[in-house]
Amino acid sequence: MSKKNKKPTATLPADATNGAATTVVESPTEPAVEVPPAASSTDATLPAKAPAPQVLEPLIYDLGSPGRVGVLLPALDVPEADLPKDLLRGDLDLPEVSELQVVRHFVKLSQLNFAIDKGFYPLGSCTMKYNPKLNEDTARLPGFAHLHPLTDDEGAQGALALMHQLQGWLGEISGFRHVSIAPAAGAQGEFAGILMIRKYHLERGDTKRTKILIPNSAHGTNPATVTMAGFTAVELPADVDGNVDLEALRAACDDTVAGMMITVPNTLGLFEAHILEVIQLVHDCGGLMYMDGANMNALMGVVKPGELGFDVMHYNLHKTFSTPHGGGGPGSGPVGVNEKLAPYLPGPIAAIIEEAATPEDAPLYGLVMPEKSIGRLKAFHGNFGMHVRAYTYIRIHGASGIQNITRHAVLNANYIRVNLQGEYTIPHNRYCGHEFVLEGHWEDVPDIHALDISKRLMDYGFHPPTNYFPLIVPEALMIEPTETEDKATLDTFISAMKQIAAEAKSDPDLLRTAPRTAPVTRLDEKRAAKELVLCCRPIPEWAE
Amino acid sequence: MKIPTDVKYTKNDEWVRIEGDTATIGISDFAQDALNDIVYLELPDVGAAIEQGKAFGVVESVKAASDLYMPIGGTVTEVNKPLVDEPETINTDPYGKGWMIKIKVKNAAEADSLMDSAAYEAFCADR
Ligand SMILES: Cc1ncc(COP(=O)(O)O)c(C=O)c1O
Repeated sequence: MSKKNKKPTATLPADATNGAATTVVESPTEPAVEVPPAASSTDATLPAKAPAPQVLEPLIYDLGSPGRVGVLLPALDVPEADLPKDLLRGDLDLPEVSELQVVRHFVKLSQLNFAIDKGFYPLGSCTMKYNPKLNEDTARLPGFAHLHPLTDDEGAQGALALMHQLQGWLGEISGFRHVSIAPAAGAQGEFAGILMIRKYHLERGDTKRTKILIPNSAHGTNPATVTMAGFTAVELPADVDGNVDLEALRAACDDTVAGMMITVPNTLGLFEAHILEVIQLVHDCGGLMYMDGANMNALMGVVKPGELGFDVMHYNLHKTFSTPHGGGGPGSGPVGVNEKLAPYLPGPIAAIIEEAATPEDAPLYGLVMPEKSIGRLKAFHGNFGMHVRAYTYIRIHGASGIQNITRHAVLNANYIRVNLQGEYTIPHNRYCGHEFVLEGHWEDVPDIHALDISKRLMDYGFHPPTNYFPLIVPEALMIEPTETEDKATLDTFISAMKQIAAEAKSDPDLLRTAPRTAPVTRLDEKRAAKELVLCCRPIPEWAE
Repeated sequence: MKIPTDVKYTKNDEWVRIEGDTATIGISDFAQDALNDIVYLELPDVGAAIEQGKAFGVVESVKAASDLYMPIGGTVTEVNKPLVDEPETINTDPYGKGWMIKIKVKNAAEADSLMDSAAYEAFCADR
């Protein structure tokens, strides 16, 4: 059985506002932690084990009343035209609500939700850093926000200049000369990268290379990408220190290997100690090296993957470069490549079409398609709004700021790791990158699992860490604080984690029945997976 | 953890019970415990010929989705249909009612590469 990673388990967040009956533990040496009271079984507020969940906010369909509309249209000032009869439908199931109802509905939903703007969100592998509001200001500048994607290049010089500059900066940060910002997410960047590797080998007439090597700690998108691109994924084991097992790698390297995909630091948060040897081995057998750059928050300004010898990598702007991550983003997963792969980059790419005549003039920007491009991955120019936000972020921080981001992200992760190593088992307990993984279980309380710890953390007002990923660590809890949290927040989190470890032994039911303070208490994950109800309304006849 | 002695094991935690030229295949107690609540199972059709080490199905729990690999090669002669509807049986009875497929063994010598219960116990203790 080989495990394929699922998306990190998303758990419902706690409602931090529901802290009415909490006690505060405070001592000079211990940071303050809000401890929800240990609810006894007679606690009247305890939700009954009722099968029907309580409705926190009705569906928008159930809010309005027939005939209600949210907008007033001006009187008709053109001749009325009849719509074709067969297009007129009276049976459409649309909400009939006022503007105020809509606003209240969505504000309430947003308040039930947990967000980085509301509290600490140490969701490993996702880099849930604060998304500066300035990003939103620049993305909303009318010249960017209202630009039609079909505007001709002459009319979009500012946007093209921004894209060109962003490509340049991402190239500088990664050590790759050539960058395409077209891919719409990390996984699409991966797909682009592997298609480029494929095309590179095929163009050289090298058709034997059908395998891509992937360490067993990899994110699930890596083997999925490889399979989608028509390759066979070959899983490599980790050695005792959490690095790629060099012996296994050596044995796997032959002329059927198209390349290797590796995450640095890996998903255990560990820097691959012999990364140069790994790169050399794969290059020696004729393969190319792909770096999954999801963890660039541990490298930026310190290590350049291009200089390590990688051939291609992707960035996750929605992780490292502070573009929104929740609610679908949308994401952005640029790819950077060296000279070998430059002709294959996905397009379109922003380029200088005509150099400026004098230093006072601006050059003429345009869009180009690389000569042997793998093609388009997305309509228009990628998720341009994300380009503006990432540009803003890099522009504000500058070279030294970018380096400080990495340093503080790594410092914060190591600070939590060292403070929790007494209470929790930390496999491969050595200096980590921007995140680390601990085991969410104890031998003396066998029926407490990582999930119970996560749920209990919600009672303390924190978003849970990533659960059960990477799969090579039993009961994995993956913690990534990011650089945007201060020491006080980290201390409060550490304190909560320690208290939970104590509770697990003294009163494990507190964990088992958590969360108690969240809008929704413990979910039945088994039933949720087995009895799929994906439609909140009966399906109308016309849609059957 | 149950590690019966009448079956052989793979490094991917499948077990196989070989009786003459038929073999019964499932996943170990260790595997079901690591997976947690199993909610979904996909098995091959009767008649499918699958080689040793190749995937014959998928098992999915609240934690992860995993491919299932053939401990030895052969042709599927029987599929545990009720198990597909109630895959949680794998959690409660992995070696009994939780069996997945029966096959006609192609090459009995392939079983030599598998672990016996003692070797598998040591293998699990190491993880
Ligand atoms: C290590 C790693 N690689 C790749 C990805 C895929 O990125 P995306 O979700 O943007 O497609 C992720 C996302 O969580 C990841 O953590």
